[in-house]
Amino acid sequence: MGRYILKRILTLIPVLLGVTLLVFLILSLAPGDPAKTILGEMATPEAIEQLREEMGLNDPILVQYGRYMGNLIRGDFGISYKTKVGVVEEIGARFPTTMKVAFSAIIIAIVLAIPLGIVAAVKQNTLVDGLSMFIALLGVSIPIFWFSMLLIQLFSVKLGWFPVQGTGTWKHYVLPGLALGFQSMASIARITRSSMLEVIRQDYITTARAKGLPQGRVIRHHALPNALIPTITVTGLQIGSLLAGAVMTETVFGLPGIGRYMVQSIEGRDTPAIMGCIIVFTVVFTLVNLIVDLLYGLVDPRIRAQYKK
Amino acid sequence: MANTGNSSVSDLQKKYKKSGMSRQVWRRFKRNKTAMLGLIIITLIVIMAVIAPLIYDYNEDVIKQNIKEKLQAPSAKHILGTDHVGRDVLARIIWGARASVFIGLAAVALAFIVGGALGSIAGYYGGRVDGIIMRIMDIFLAIPGTLFAITLMAALGKSIPNLVIALTISTIPGFARIVRSSVLIVRDVDYIEAAKAIGCKNSRIIFQHVLPNSLAPVIVHTTLSVATVILTIAGLSYLGLGISAPMPEWGQMLAEARNYIINPKYTYLTLFPGLSIMITILALNLLGDGLRDALDPRLK
Repeated sequence: MGRYILKRILTLIPVLLGVTLLVFLILSLAPGDPAKTILGEMATPEAIEQLREEMGLNDPILVQYGRYMGNLIRGDFGISYKTKVGVVEEIGARFPTTMKVAFSAIIIAIVLAIPLGIVAAVKQNTLVDGLSMFIALLGVSIPIFWFSMLLIQLFSVKLGWFPVQGTGTWKHYVLPGLALGFQSMASIARITRSSMLEVIRQDYITTARAKGLPQGRVIRHHALPNALIPTITVTGLQIGSLLAGAVMTETVFGLPGIGRYMVQSIEGRDTPAIMGCIIVFTVVFTLVNLIVDLLYGLVDPRIRAQYKK
Repeated sequence: MANTGNSSVSDLQKKYKKSGMSRQVWRRFKRNKTAMLGLIIITLIVIMAVIAPLIYDYNEDVIKQNIKEKLQAPSAKHILGTDHVGRDVLARIIWGARASVFIGLAAVALAFIVGGALGSIAGYYGGRVDGIIMRIMDIFLAIPGTLFAITLMAALGKSIPNLVIALTISTIPGFARIVRSSVLIVRDVDYIEAAKAIGCKNSRIIFQHVLPNSLAPVIVHTTLSVATVILTIAGLSYLGLGISAPMPEWGQMLAEARNYIINPKYTYLTLFPGLSIMITILALNLLGDGLRDALDPRLK
């Protein structure tokens, strides 16, 4: 198992290196001169040229990339063109907000999705099933930013239950969490239903029923633990869309997280900041996927057995 | 001699398969009411996008500002009301369908061609070619899709061709992966062995035998990709990175409506563009699910 984990971590290194190179090359295509962005439109050509030389912008692109990577490995993401503060500090200050939003989203998604999926499976082909699956379908079809706007209009403006924007109390994270979690809820509910349907047709469920166990106990103790394995995977895979969704939710709710920082950096052509955001998002996304994969083995003895080979 | 015999057999097979399989699929699809509903809605939206110029004039009805009539609630004259500069919301929604439909289809078609080619090459040849192609795709897939599209737009700059490029590039890896895995499944089937044994060229085997037999999951993926791409167009436009004013696009209309959400009087400004996106995506999802069930009854 230990060797397997190590192997998986090692295979991540070339992927992450590739991502940094890809994003670096893409962003180097960006229109506009960074030196001009920093000095402003009024700067003299000489001053711009001097700054370009100081920043190494006249070097070949691969040399620039090498220099960037050298700093990155030491935890230096560069200096923001706009605020002149280290990108690491900028992102670090915003990380907790994004985590709070993502965390409340995933909690809301799981709490809603698993019961929905179980009920739909147990009452397959009834009205309840149809309704749960319709809600799940709405979840994947509704644009996050629109749903956020609707939530604000209903719960903040009309009912006054939650604040429209900003941070501070737990109340500020309920609507963003709901908006962001709804989509994941849909995918989790669908997979819970289909794996539950598969499990409740197994012989050991029939046996449990034949023993005269009550329905609730059969579902909770015999079916659910087995059905939840695919649910874990899908929940983990949702992290990617949660991160992308965070860009939307944070923008609508005015939350100072990494997603909003990335959009602001794009508007300000703050290349080191954009680069930093993408790298942080990708690393989190990749690590979560790895953890989910490993967790999968931990939960399912059949897969764990394969690692040993 | 052997050659002519071979081609007539494969022609027969092709003929049989074309009529037989697609008819069966259609029969199964027709029985699925929600899938048919999805198909009907999508057809209507495409028709709406195509005939939009016949209903509303772009310069007069869609982008011309008319401050005197701004922010009017839905009425007989403006069925869905007017926006903050007095443009008719219905006219903009109907024209907005063009952005979603045409850009969405263009991006998915390009991604289908490029991703499909990469995936079939990787899957069919295997070995080092496969390794190189798929490692590169892994790098693309490591970045969450929407974020990648956002980055590309940030670098390329706002324009419609760039939007198509950004969406295509972020959609290619998904296609490559799914085509590769479907090709891998059929690659080692007996009839491919047979085709190889009688000396068919690789290109002929790929296009005539491998691809048609691995199409089912690819068709479903294509439908769902159109949904994802349309959502991404709306999202990018909402963030100010996609379609920008005065050209109408549903996400861009929502971005403009943002300043009015705290006044319940203007709910209609957010309601209708959002509903348009949701109904389109919902219909594509229904269609995709229906196609999956119809193409491969075992998957149900």
